[in-house]
Amino acid sequence: MSMLEVALTVNGEARSGAVEPRKILADFIREDLGLTGTHLGCEQGVCGACTVLVNGQPARACLMLAVQARGAEVVTIEGLAEGGELNSLQRAMWESHGFQCGFCTPGFLMQITALLADNPQPSEPEIRAALSGNLCRCTGYESIVNGVLAAAGHPVPSAHEPQTQEPERSSVA
Amino acid sequence: MKPAPFEYRAPESLDEALALVEELGEDARPLAGGQSLIPLLSFRLARPTCLVDLAGVPELQSIRIDDGRLVIGAMVREREAERDAKVEASAPLLACALPLIGHPAIRSRGTIGGSLAHSDPAAELPAAAVALEAELIARSRTRGERTIPAADFFTGFLSTALEPDELLTEIRIMRQSPGTGCAFEEVARRHGDFAMVGAAAMVRVEDDRITEARLVLTGVSDVPVRALDAEATLTAAPFTDEVLAEAAEQTAGSLSPASDIHGSSAYRRHVAGVLVRRAVRAATQRAGVAA
Ligand SMILES: Cc1cc2nc3c(=O)[nH]c(=O)nc-3n(C[C@H](O)[C@H](O)[C@H](O)COP(=O)(O)OP(=O)(O)OC[C@H]3O[C@@H](n4cnc5c(N)ncnc54)[C@H](O)[C@@H]3O)c2cc1C
Ligand code: FES
Ligand code: FES
Repeated sequence: MSMLEVALTVNGEARSGAVEPRKILADFIREDLGLTGTHLGCEQGVCGACTVLVNGQPARACLMLAVQARGAEVVTIEGLAEGGELNSLQRAMWESHGFQCGFCTPGFLMQITALLADNPQPSEPEIRAALSGNLCRCTGYESIVNGVLAAAGHPVPSAHEPQTQEPERSSVA
Repeated sequence: MKPAPFEYRAPESLDEALALVEELGEDARPLAGGQSLIPLLSFRLARPTCLVDLAGVPELQSIRIDDGRLVIGAMVREREAERDAKVEASAPLLACALPLIGHPAIRSRGTIGGSLAHSDPAAELPAAAVALEAELIARSRTRGERTIPAADFFTGFLSTALEPDELLTEIRIMRQSPGTGCAFEEVARRHGDFAMVGAAAMVRVEDDRITEARLVLTGVSDVPVRALDAEATLTAAPFTDEVLAEAAEQTAGSLSPASDIHGSSAYRRHVAGVLVRRAVRAATQRAGVAA
């Protein structure tokens, strides 16, 4: 089986590897580049866990061949933190409890990054529509949507957590 | 690794791509956005010996207006077409259909040509192409170019009129004229899923009367279904609620969709009638008539 050279930029760094043409991009990222933050759930495009950015656009890493990413700029979940610190989106998601087991989280964060780049002030329906292709089995989605609202600087609805009874809510840092 | 082994070629011109598909024959497959083909490879439902990646073929990438027509290259990504002002102005039906395809991350890779060539029975673009009476342009190295009317292009479940040595190069659509309105309505289990049933409607309205109607259903057969009887009903009399109800009933009555885990045949028929009403009503409103 012939091997093909793949050279691309991942999270701002030049990376390369030799792959069989049939190697899926997600497997290349996880196995060959050692970036295991990109998760694989369904491996057929449905769950969104593997979402990465390819040339700024969200894409399913399970529905691309590594060779299709030759010359591309890929950003994975490992590329979001800035100088070892959570970026503003990651912080907002953390503060809203936007994940529980965390399996879906990398895909959500990459899809949300693409959404906010396109539309920095999305409405709640726009957020829900943009995230319709990402599945989460834990959170029930409310806290994820709230995290995006917070990241976009919108007031976050507090209907499920009446604040009147609580004196000061210090963050559990 | 999920897919069976295959070779990979990345031609850099249309001539090179056409020579490759001819030389490699039926065992090779063109690769467009991969959003349908790669799952088939991973499940090993398709085992081509070679993929011919069309991403680097410059002739297939543009959206342009040519001789009164909107021309979209086969490799234009669904997301790009969705955001293109020329598409919105010249073929609003396409602009209505595109956001209904899958999810943003699917549309940023999936292509116009790939969706048409794949001919999924529940896909939006084939139905829109038939409703728009679009022309699909196929090309082979030896026989050159031929024009296939959308109505003849979709021949069966995941099957088209394309020959193995042909590539779909572009789709040509007459620009929508004033007085025309259109709509694409569908019901899916979840936002972004393939539709259970979808309806594309285009109407031309003069003096509160529908003078021309095109009505096409998706998800109810192996190929898009044009509802000719209902079209005739809509244009035979001034537009009223009763006429619309009759057209919807006629459409539902003429269909025999299959039952599956997502819905029974009777349910799909019912939904088809409802969607015809919604789509025609929205289209006439956009054309400037309130019924
Ligand atoms: C989770 C998910 C949800 C989806 N939901 C929808 C939906 O709701 N509606 C919908 O319509 N689609 C949906 N799709 C499919 C999506 O629109 C695909 O992008 C599209 O059907 C195929 O386009 P592609 O460019 O990815 O083609 P590919 O997958 O690359 O190719 C598809 C087929 O067409 C052939 N082909 C491609 N280009 C050419 C050409 N120029 N000439 C000849 N043959 C060619 C290929 O050989 C292959 O057989 C969904 C996909 C996924 C994964
Ligand atoms: S693993 Fe790619 S979408 Fe589920
Ligand atoms: S946090 Fe567990 S799947 Fe989303």
